[in-house]
Amino acid sequence: MNEFFAMGGYGWYVWMSYGACAVAVVAEVVALRARHRRAFADAKAAGVEPAPERMETAR
Amino acid sequence: MATNWYHYASPVTFYPLAGRLAPWFAAIAALLAAAGLWIGFGLAPTDATQGEAYRIIYIHVPTAWMAMFVYLVMAFWSALALAFNTRLSAMMAQALAPTGALMAALALWTGAFWGRPTWGTYWAWDARMTSTLILLFLYLGVIALRSAIDDPRRADRACAVLTLVGAVNVPIIYFSVRWWNTLHQGASVSLTAAPKMASLMLSGMLVMSFAAWAWCIAAALWRVRAIILERERGSAWVATLPGMGRSAGVPGQGPKGLRSPPPSRCATRVSD
Repeated sequence: MNEFFAMGGYGWYVWMSYGACAVAVVAEVVALRARHRRAFADAKAAGVEPAPERMETAR
Repeated sequence: MATNWYHYASPVTFYPLAGRLAPWFAAIAALLAAAGLWIGFGLAPTDATQGEAYRIIYIHVPTAWMAMFVYLVMAFWSALALAFNTRLSAMMAQALAPTGALMAALALWTGAFWGRPTWGTYWAWDARMTSTLILLFLYLGVIALRSAIDDPRRADRACAVLTLVGAVNVPIIYFSVRWWNTLHQGASVSLTAAPKMASLMLSGMLVMSFAAWAWCIAAALWRVRAIILERERGSAWVATLPGMGRSAGVPGQGPKGLRSPPPSRCATRVSD
């Protein structure tokens, strides 16, 4: 097992690469969940309102 | 049984569709990543010249490919948004930028950690690396430009133009190893090794690439849902989504003990 993690002496390079990718994917999941939850809560708080953007695009 | 694709061109219909599709793509990404890592670390042999350091290939090549491909998809949606002034196209382009930036950053990061043991340096101002760094800056530039413009529709157009102008960088990245004498190696999908070794390495790389592909789709769909809510907030259809505490006028779907007014009179929010 230790041999596997040593990666023939290249462990630092291999695991820094894969570790960064794992952290990035987890961070993206957390960020996406938070963003969607916040957007949902904001939309819930807004209710129905006359949005200028929508009136403009209706042309 | 022809599917009318235009039906899904509206945020109203695409929001629930993206919600149904995203978990499937995420699951496909997880399964493919597990299979790809098993092939790459469990089955594929050690490289004859690079030793175990070569195993960075299973994450470096997929992220680098996706960094370029996501940009092209972003340019496609930007072109549609400019040509037809469609809201959802611009939202898709907006949703892809952060994931593309992440892929470009990971491609550079993993490339640095592959370059150090094989070339003896983390970074060189070589044509491929420099053009990939420019790709990352283009992604970040598009994100920054959007956040700098308050009107979302103007931001859509400005970001679309920037994205399309920056698209010229993608073929530069791709052909850089051929046009210039770079430290980065040329396209070497076929490794000079015994056929069986090469095929295992190649299949591990391809499976990981499909995993990255599925992940980018899942992330973009997920993000576009948040973007739809952010930009369509206040519209009648968002207010009647499940969980918003308001029914679409269908009896029995409203909050408990609260009779919802008819939709035409939904000028004010029903407190919940």
